[in-house]
Amino acid sequence: MLMLRCPNCGVTADETELAPGGEAHIARAATGSDDAAFEAYMFGRENPKGVHFERWRHAMGCGKWFHAARCTVTMQVFGTYPAQTLSPPDDLLEKIDAARPGWRWRDLGAGHRHTHDHHDEER
Amino acid sequence: MSDLRRAHGYVELAEVAPGGMVLLRAAPDTDGLAEAVAGVGGELPGRLRISSGDVQVAWMAPDELLILTPDAHGATVELGRLLEGRHHLALDVSDLRARFTLRGARVREVLAKLAPVDMAPAAMPPGAFRRTRLAQIPAALWLSGETTAHAICFRSVADYAFATLATVSREGGEIGLF
Ligand SMILES: [Zn+2]
Repeated sequence: MLMLRCPNCGVTADETELAPGGEAHIARAATGSDDAAFEAYMFGRENPKGVHFERWRHAMGCGKWFHAARCTVTMQVFGTYPAQTLSPPDDLLEKIDAARPGWRWRDLGAGHRHTHDHHDEER
Repeated sequence: MSDLRRAHGYVELAEVAPGGMVLLRAAPDTDGLAEAVAGVGGELPGRLRISSGDVQVAWMAPDELLILTPDAHGATVELGRLLEGRHHLALDVSDLRARFTLRGARVREVLAKLAPVDMAPAAMPPGAFRRTRLAQIPAALWLSGETTAHAICFRSVADYAFATLATVSREGGEIGLF
């Protein structure tokens, strides 16, 4: 059973109270992007065996969206964080470093402390 | 209304006559929010709580309150006046939801059969307000005392809520939790 703490209302909700929203932090390919960028935006997903970042909605509770980081193999939950961000918080990344040394997810993990430069361009 | 449903299992289940309900949406730091709620006879509840009194105010979400009041129309108009100029929504939603009460020593157990919520007294004391699901439908639950519980759900699924609550509270279905 997967239980996630909704950072909006503070309830630790059973999975059956939640609606999955797919992979997190997908940047929309803007108008004028080439076909490859659009294809990556529409269809390219990580599907990792291990650390994953997802969007969830507390559908049967407060109704609000949030982000969650968990392991797809063990279902270990590393943490949840607000929806209103473009990347996971640093303290959560450090927690994952400790629990899964060498993890990678897109440009995150494996000692590659994420930089905000990439995301600043999208703002 | 004479057609309010009742079921007599190991808790007493009763449909409550339609009452006034006002939805109030506003950012929690909205200037004058507590005063506006007080202005319609209510008290701003804490997070995941419902305030008591003739006018009850339930915490639905960080920016959403549900006000149970005998005068929904008057409260809606008054909230609009008291919060004028500040971004908010006050809406009479009295027709939107149905309400049920459960009475008896085993109300916690009956709700625990249907909701993925820790119904133990320490986790869910009277006055705690929890939006969740009852079997397959969204609902909100609270206790006003150790032997009285309340549930609200969308009116469109009220038949399902009543039938499901009645089924799991039938005599012989006691588990002995809590
Ligand atoms: Zn929530």
